[in-house]
Amino acid sequence: MTSQRIARTSSALTSTKWVFLAIVVVVQLTPFYLAVTTAFKSITDRSSLWIPPIGDATLDNFRTAMTEGHLVWAIENGLVVTIIGTLLTCVVGAMAAYPLARRTSKLNSVVGLAMLGMLMVPPLSILVPLYTMLARVGLLNTFGGIILVLTTLQLPLAIFLFTQFMRGLPNSLEEAASIDGAGLFTTFVLVVLPSLKPVIATVTILTATNVWNEFALSSYILTTPEMRTLAPAAASFFSAQGNNFGAAAAAALVGLLPILIAYLFLQKYFVKGALAGAEK
Amino acid sequence: MYIPAIVLFAVFVLYPLIQGIGLAFTNWDGYSPDKKFVGLDNFARLFTDTTFLTALRNTLLYGFGCTVLQQILGLALALALDGGGRLRTGARAIIYLPVLVSPVVMGMMYSFLFQYDRGALNDILVSIGVPRVAWLSSGAGAVAIIILINTLQFVGLSMVIYLAGLHCIGTEVYEAAEIDGARGWKLLTTITIPLLRASFISSMIINLIGGLKLFDVIQVLTGGGPGYASHSVSTLIGRTYFGQQAAGYASAMGVALFILIALVSVFLVARMDRSGRDA
Repeated sequence: MTSQRIARTSSALTSTKWVFLAIVVVVQLTPFYLAVTTAFKSITDRSSLWIPPIGDATLDNFRTAMTEGHLVWAIENGLVVTIIGTLLTCVVGAMAAYPLARRTSKLNSVVGLAMLGMLMVPPLSILVPLYTMLARVGLLNTFGGIILVLTTLQLPLAIFLFTQFMRGLPNSLEEAASIDGAGLFTTFVLVVLPSLKPVIATVTILTATNVWNEFALSSYILTTPEMRTLAPAAASFFSAQGNNFGAAAAAALVGLLPILIAYLFLQKYFVKGALAGAEK
Repeated sequence: MYIPAIVLFAVFVLYPLIQGIGLAFTNWDGYSPDKKFVGLDNFARLFTDTTFLTALRNTLLYGFGCTVLQQILGLALALALDGGGRLRTGARAIIYLPVLVSPVVMGMMYSFLFQYDRGALNDILVSIGVPRVAWLSSGAGAVAIIILINTLQFVGLSMVIYLAGLHCIGTEVYEAAEIDGARGWKLLTTITIPLLRASFISSMIINLIGGLKLFDVIQVLTGGGPGYASHSVSTLIGRTYFGQQAAGYASAMGVALFILIALVSVFLVARMDRSGRDA
């Protein structure tokens, strides 16, 4: 009797659980679904956004988004900023992490904490002075300016992840290298760097996603369509569109696509990266 | 070897931070060469400016509202999705996907749901005979929808943090508890939740700081409107600086936002250190 009752409540619990999961999954997919149905609809098709444009699907919206929204520039600019910014974050981050991981002194632990503390500064809180400074030194609306700013904002997390990883590496090889007379920097390049592959993968994925998606500062620092990266370009196109949902949806999908492709192939690394970041 | 990193932090974070504090005591308009020292005027104005106070209230609502919802929903999802199987793996991947998407793109896509005229949600209402709702035309509606969107976008992050936490609890603990007669709800409240304390705190820190900094979704979905009703402090800073040329006043808002987030972070990190020592 009792075990039957337990079995019945637990099967009721299981079906409630699956209904709950189904609802959340449907809710999470809804915005993507609507973007797809809307993006392929012609501008004259006024049917509900729930209904897919069967039969008369069109690519017009994508053409509009690419040309009027300057999304080709935006993709190019986004790639330049993301690739250089990520590379710079990895190099500067790994270099900074090495002494923090290997030379435990009071000064180094203070430096390490202070760097992590940079995460507490919300980017918008320094908007006015940052913008004025960039304008004064001629870095406003330049790749150099936005790359340096975004790299700096990504560094605390990168340094933290590199430091954690390096602490877990055995340092017998490094000691051997220093006995052979190699300096700190030589040891770092020849001995440490090659063993960092897993953490470089994590930092690269986290940084590249964050830089590609960055909007708040990019939207103020990159002031012309020729310089804008994807998020600010899509947002400014979106606000100019008014009721042309189709073109806006197409722009959203263009912004989404690179991340979606990367996620399909590198899903494990994305989740691992997020968890590594959460441990700080 | 950390000199390059220190130089970057000094130039692009610390120097602006200090200069911003200086500017907060002036009436600078953002472009003219002269500015006047006005003492604490800007800070005094913050306390009486209803626009700022609304943005401050919204910032707290975005921060704490999203965080509470994300912990409840994230934990429930983690409990439901703990384990193997293709269905679970697929559901986890879908629920996590929005975390990686630019909040700008999420805001654009969600606007198709909440628009008045052709919005998908209103289509459903009309089809069941209910009049259209102007979801984003009231301050309360706009704030609630922004909280909802941000919660759903980043609930996947809380979920994977809790899943990792659940993974660390060994099966022996559960076996022992079951022998002692703990089941179902009791097992959850006496064993699972207490043991997830570390996951809870790290998930909360990330959600809370993200929510208090919220900018992108607001800017795209409502632009801070209707009127100024859904601004966060972050979006109001941009608006005050570029829309009203009140650079000094915008700097004071920046200082206030920095202090708010620094206080919350220090408080939470201190709690985390203590719970680390307890464990």
